[in-house]
Amino acid sequence: MRPELIDDVSQSALDPAGVGATQIVDLFHWMVGGGVVIWLIVVGLSVYSIVVPGGHRPRLTKTLVIGGGAVVPTVVLSSLLCYALAMLPELHRPPPSDSPTVKVNGVRWWWRVQYQTDDGRTIETANEIRLPVDEAVEFKLTSEDVIHSFWIPSLGGKVDMIPGRETRLKLYPTRVGKFRGVCAEYCGTAHAQMRFDVTVMPRPEFNRWLSNQSSDAREPSQQSAIRGGELFRRKGCGACHTIRGTDARGRVGPDLTHLASRSSLGAATKPNNTENLRHWITHTHHVKPGVTMPAFQALDEREVDAIVAYLEQLH
Amino acid sequence: MSKSISRDNRVSPLWAIVSAPAVWAVHFLASYLTAAIFCAKLADSDGSAGEVQLAVMSYTVIALLLIAAIGASGFRRHHHGRHSTSHDDSGRDAQRRMIGFATFLLACLSAVATLFTALVLVFVGTCH
Repeated sequence: MRPELIDDVSQSALDPAGVGATQIVDLFHWMVGGGVVIWLIVVGLSVYSIVVPGGHRPRLTKTLVIGGGAVVPTVVLSSLLCYALAMLPELHRPPPSDSPTVKVNGVRWWWRVQYQTDDGRTIETANEIRLPVDEAVEFKLTSEDVIHSFWIPSLGGKVDMIPGRETRLKLYPTRVGKFRGVCAEYCGTAHAQMRFDVTVMPRPEFNRWLSNQSSDAREPSQQSAIRGGELFRRKGCGACHTIRGTDARGRVGPDLTHLASRSSLGAATKPNNTENLRHWITHTHHVKPGVTMPAFQALDEREVDAIVAYLEQLH
Repeated sequence: MSKSISRDNRVSPLWAIVSAPAVWAVHFLASYLTAAIFCAKLADSDGSAGEVQLAVMSYTVIALLLIAAIGASGFRRHHHGRHSTSHDDSGRDAQRRMIGFATFLLACLSAVATLFTALVLVFVGTCH
């Protein structure tokens, strides 16, 4: 049986939960309205010219063709352009200097996410972004391999992530909730599975979450988890993954220090539960074709159980 | 007199058709190059680009005047001869009217395109 898909969060640009997304939805509605006006006039005149029998007066014909075919579309499109351009200065204005900053690196096919704490430390997580509600947040975006595009449809517009360059995006969430982020630029085999979870929460809750994320991984206490920790080291998982507070310091794959606190696995490909975690370890490429991590099918059942027990206590 | 007749009989040059779009293209390049160089080399820390807006407005006025002159010239050629003269004969009058009409229509299109280019830089007004 295949594990269930994740589809319980909003990924719609028409369900805005941020200042930028609300403006984009307004613009979309005006664009549709303008397009309908132009379509009705042009098609209406075409129908009129066919349906009304007999010759048409040349002067009236010229007026209708030039007016309906050129002047009205130009006026409508110019108005829409002015309306859209008037939005840009505010959307491009940098956030206040004390706003939270989140660095996001696009990596085929996952997201490296870094927060700065008040004491200047950098906290790394992956495939999950949490934001305080009713505050401007600045994103600094880059890529470690190919061009990706960072997009949270419910919160705002999208911005490309370009290797060797840092692009910026300001988002201002206005509603608490869970949302879906995606890569909006085709980047290879698992592009469609390069997604991330976004949780917008009240500021006190966000502070508690960030404080928890800034701590090192908890020591395993149960026997199976202790064995899983040893297997994690012995099988070389630490060469690619970091678990802060241990000697696992790999940078190839996502930081797993607080893996169990995340709601999904494989860049929001599957819900984070025991069955899916086992499946990910042993059949990685069935879940996400093309991913760098090898499938550990050589592990026996008890070894997989132990590693899963270890990872599931990393809250 | 003979010189005047000879000028009237000349076919309008084909390059008249592309002159208005060429003005728009030069305006486009000048506007974006000015913005790019200013923002890379001369912008303040707050990123305001008022000087770019002024420069683009100047370019736009010049471009629109040139396009208007080209459009008016095309319109005159289009109205040359009798009203019933065809646009698609092989005669000189027809060629002249056809090129004049195409020049006029492309001038109208270029004027709109030039305004659209200028609007972006006038509205945005910053280097962010």
